[in-house]
Amino acid sequence: MSPRPFIAASAGLITLMAALTGCGIIGGQPADLQIYSARHYDLEGAFGQFTDETGITVEFISGDDAELLERLKAEGVDTAADVFMTVDAGSLWNAARLGELAQLESAVLDGAVPEDLRDPQGQWYGLAMRARTVTYNPDNVDPSEFETTETYAGLADSKWEGRLCMRDATSAYTQSLVASLIDLHGREKTLEIVRGWVANNVEIMSNDILLLEAIDAGTCDVGINNHYYLARTLEENPDLKVDLFWASPDGAGTHVNISGAGVVEGSDNPGDAQRLIEWLATDGQNPFVDGNHEYPVNPTVEPEPGIAAFGEFKRMPLNAEAYGDLNAEAVDLLAEAGYK
Amino acid sequence: MTRRTVGANRPVWTAVVILVALMVATPVLAVVLDGVGSIGEAVIPRGLPEMMLTTLALMLGVAAGTLLVGGGLAWLVTAYRFPLRNTLVWLLVMPLAVPAYILGFVFLSVFDVAGPVQSALRAVLGSEVWVPQVRSLPAAVLVMSLSLYPYVYLLVRAALIEQSADTYDAARTLGAGRGRTLRRVLLPLARPSLAAGLSLVMMETLTDFATVQYFNVQTLSVGIYLIWKGTFNFHAATQLAVLVLLFAVAVLASERALRGRARYHQRGGRGQSIQPEQLRGARGWAATTLCIAALAAGFLIPVLQLLAWAVQEAVENPGFLADPRFGEYLVNTLFVATVTALACVVLSVTVGHGMRMSGGRIVASAVQLTTFGYAVPGAVVGIGVLISFAAVDTALERAGVPGGTGLLVTGSVLGILYAYVIRFLAPAYQAVDASFAKIPPTVTFAALSLGAPPRRILARVHAPLARPGVAVALMLVAIDAVKELPIVLLLRPFGFTTASVWVYELARENFWEKASLPALVIVAAAVLPVFVLVRHAHRAETGRRASS
Repeated sequence: MSPRPFIAASAGLITLMAALTGCGIIGGQPADLQIYSARHYDLEGAFGQFTDETGITVEFISGDDAELLERLKAEGVDTAADVFMTVDAGSLWNAARLGELAQLESAVLDGAVPEDLRDPQGQWYGLAMRARTVTYNPDNVDPSEFETTETYAGLADSKWEGRLCMRDATSAYTQSLVASLIDLHGREKTLEIVRGWVANNVEIMSNDILLLEAIDAGTCDVGINNHYYLARTLEENPDLKVDLFWASPDGAGTHVNISGAGVVEGSDNPGDAQRLIEWLATDGQNPFVDGNHEYPVNPTVEPEPGIAAFGEFKRMPLNAEAYGDLNAEAVDLLAEAGYK
Repeated sequence: MTRRTVGANRPVWTAVVILVALMVATPVLAVVLDGVGSIGEAVIPRGLPEMMLTTLALMLGVAAGTLLVGGGLAWLVTAYRFPLRNTLVWLLVMPLAVPAYILGFVFLSVFDVAGPVQSALRAVLGSEVWVPQVRSLPAAVLVMSLSLYPYVYLLVRAALIEQSADTYDAARTLGAGRGRTLRRVLLPLARPSLAAGLSLVMMETLTDFATVQYFNVQTLSVGIYLIWKGTFNFHAATQLAVLVLLFAVAVLASERALRGRARYHQRGGRGQSIQPEQLRGARGWAATTLCIAALAAGFLIPVLQLLAWAVQEAVENPGFLADPRFGEYLVNTLFVATVTALACVVLSVTVGHGMRMSGGRIVASAVQLTTFGYAVPGAVVGIGVLISFAAVDTALERAGVPGGTGLLVTGSVLGILYAYVIRFLAPAYQAVDASFAKIPPTVTFAALSLGAPPRRILARVHAPLARPGVAVALMLVAIDAVKELPIVLLLRPFGFTTASVWVYELARENFWEKASLPALVIVAAAVLPVFVLVRHAHRAETGRRASS
């Protein structure tokens, strides 16, 4: 590089940086509400409808629960965020525990969201629900083979050896399921269950869609999936050879988790933020949950037809504190059992 | 330390190098302090020894793989002529344009149990046919080697071309065979480049998070995320990050060791490059096939698969193609990549020059500090930037500045650019330093003795002589920055999205058909600098040939 381009490059760089710092950088007027969201699906549609109805504009940054939480912590009182939205009850519980979420008092929300799907202090509210249950290939499995009182534990039975596919230990879905099993059965019994899965040579898949495709292809007979992945895959391919079995219909019920939100402590627009959450839990339920085939948390709202076809199910009551508190133990237990 | 520095006691340049080092190292140090400061509080995760072994095995495996593929191909295209060689020489760099997180997913969807390959096998050979486990360490080594080999290929090839044919011919006339000459003369001379390439590859492997997860390989970087997200314990995660950093120190130390104490600058003018030998008939076509196989696995197959998905998506949902976000995100992506590349190069040349002007232990250690960012996973660098600015804020407010720095980091793209520079200064410096290493100290001495001040030497001597390294550095950083995901995800301000974030949002929900279009945008954006890089190398090569 001859001297001139080198100097030119340096000068250009400095000018550029100065220009960037000077003019507030990219993007025009900020929206009324700014959201940190670990949930990405269908947000534009739902928020757009909210803006149409209320005139309140919304913008969001997507990311991952834990990372957005660290960002929120580091930004402190300066944060631009008004609402924190995650896809895991444990994360919501953790954010509340760290004092990042404001306490709300809202009769609307208390009426719309079942008690176990919201924080007793009003720091967060569940808005969409997903179930994690058993899926199988009907050519190779008769659903009468499943244990009806504790289906997850039943998969540890040696009759499933070489027939199981599940998600990896790094997956939040696996961890949260195991945390709820620890809450239900205690550590010792849960360790026995997970060891049983491992002893059955469970095949570990790195994502739910590949898992469903493997069941469809018949390379595994039984798996554990989020219900909405099956709904979506069935929508694309109605001939998919995968059926759903609601785990533990006569026992504790099927494991569920939520996407939910809270108002950020220190939000400069808490009123509108609360209004958005209230809208999402009521009029906004369908636009918020239907596109991703999730269940509305609000019992007065109907699920979309694709998942309604899966039938009614009994859900395990959600204990957010256990999800938050026991998740670390679940990670440890999975490692101890040799589950990857 | 080799005699790569000239004189000492130029405090200005010492200060400049130390300043750059501090700026770059502060966020990494913040993470280290957090990790070290909370030892005893956080539990050591079960399975840590296994994670360490896995990490080591993966790094060594990928190093061996890239050495074999990248080094082998570099030798093949430099020493021989065969059909399509002139085109393949530059096409072989193309896998750089495909982010490993995209390659990994495409590989799995093609080769895993429900993919077309195994389905076809089962259809032909029955359902009990044995196939090797796709989600495994060896498969991860294979895919990462195919994705990362261009680093070694580029650097080794540049080193082979830069070597004058005189040395090579001397060895040959003295009776050494081609292989022996390669082993005894060329490889030792190419050692700095080889070491630089391999250390880049090993650092990339160390910090990779997305690819290894597809293959269910639990490395330390996966461990960081597992602990951070799985236990809600950030301190336990930073402790693992410190461990990752120790691995990186080991890599850098071995790179130094591999470079040895020798000097590599060749005396006198550069002579003619090695003259390639013609491979005829079947041997020639075998060479062509080898190159095409590497290219297909690392570039053609994944891009074709993405195209197939994209076409499928475009047919089902034609409106998607006209989405204005393609243009907006592409511009954003290119913008951060360009600024980052320029910033990294300016800093690298400054540091390289400062090192030459003012040697000594302190400066050398400071230079080492600047390269650690590459060895820290992107999300951890991002967090480091966040927590160090939070600390500055607190300090400022205590000192009576209301509001401190405010939302300087996450309210603008400055945070992203800063974190990018931390992360990618190492590859830039490696490339620039490799060029500096070849500038004989006598040249600097001569300039100094003629009374030129250091600033003038930087502009008139060092920067021009480091030009090959500068070009490589610009392109390597630009390519890396186009593909980067975790930092931009964490630090971007409202209203700023890049193509990689879009891919992430769609891929996270497993919308692969939809994600294929923005993924192709990334590949296209990365092909641009790859192409320039290759053109530059090509011109340099033909220029040398013509001048000799």
